[in-house]
Amino acid sequence: MRPRVVPQRGLNLDYVMWLFTRISGLAMVLLGLVGVVGALLMGARTEMDLPTLMRWTFFPNPNHVINSDIPDMLPWAHAYWQVMQILVIFFGVSHGINGLRVVLEDYIDRSFFQILVRGLLFLIWLGIMIVAVYLALTSYQV
Amino acid sequence: MAFGKRIGLSGLKYKGGGTMLAWLFHRIGGVAMVIFIGTHILASFSNQQLGNDLGAQLNLIYTSTRFQAVLYFFVLFHTINGLRIILLDLWPQFLKYQREATWVQWALFIPLYGMVLYFMIVNSLAGG
Repeated sequence: MRPRVVPQRGLNLDYVMWLFTRISGLAMVLLGLVGVVGALLMGARTEMDLPTLMRWTFFPNPNHVINSDIPDMLPWAHAYWQVMQILVIFFGVSHGINGLRVVLEDYIDRSFFQILVRGLLFLIWLGIMIVAVYLALTSYQV
Repeated sequence: MAFGKRIGLSGLKYKGGGTMLAWLFHRIGGVAMVIFIGTHILASFSNQQLGNDLGAQLNLIYTSTRFQAVLYFFVLFHTINGLRIILLDLWPQFLKYQREATWVQWALFIPLYGMVLYFMIVNSLAGG
């Protein structure tokens, strides 16, 4: 493990991603609360076990809890929850992939290898974003 | 940890204390969540689009109580530890109390995790 060298002061990738990590962390906590409160308001009071709770919290998609006991899926099939899903996906995936970048760059030096790792991580980010936004937009519709 | 020095197993005896443990759990949990959610999304996608049962196979692991106990440990710890980091970054004058903040964090974590673990074990013993 080696200290990371910051190229220049001011606005650079490390500072922007440092800030984004904080903002997206807070945003995911708030979006999780929105998911839980929304699920409780829509009648999921006795049917929620931990996996169901986590699924509603982090990805409020009607197809996502196909095996749970939620009786009525209709209130979730709404554009509001699609927006919430896409927000959670964006903040979560970006936060996670950036975290992976931070962890990996603790163990590599600033060289061709770093560019390779960043490029690969960007491709993974793009792939997961496309897949997850697709899943959110093509979910159960009324 | 100086780069280039062979420290071997003595690195495990590094006496960083509670804050170092928090850093370690935060890191392990973060990577674990990236792997879990990444495979979960890809498995659901292949399940939906290609019609294979890879997603169902993975869900057998993901819905088991043991896996959820470990996953919930890391998710909850990462959340509470992240909130501590955000709060101390917003008010850096409190950084000198970060050892105490780590204890507050464990005081929040242990009851929250213990409660959920209790109900998970009870439900799994009841066959739920």
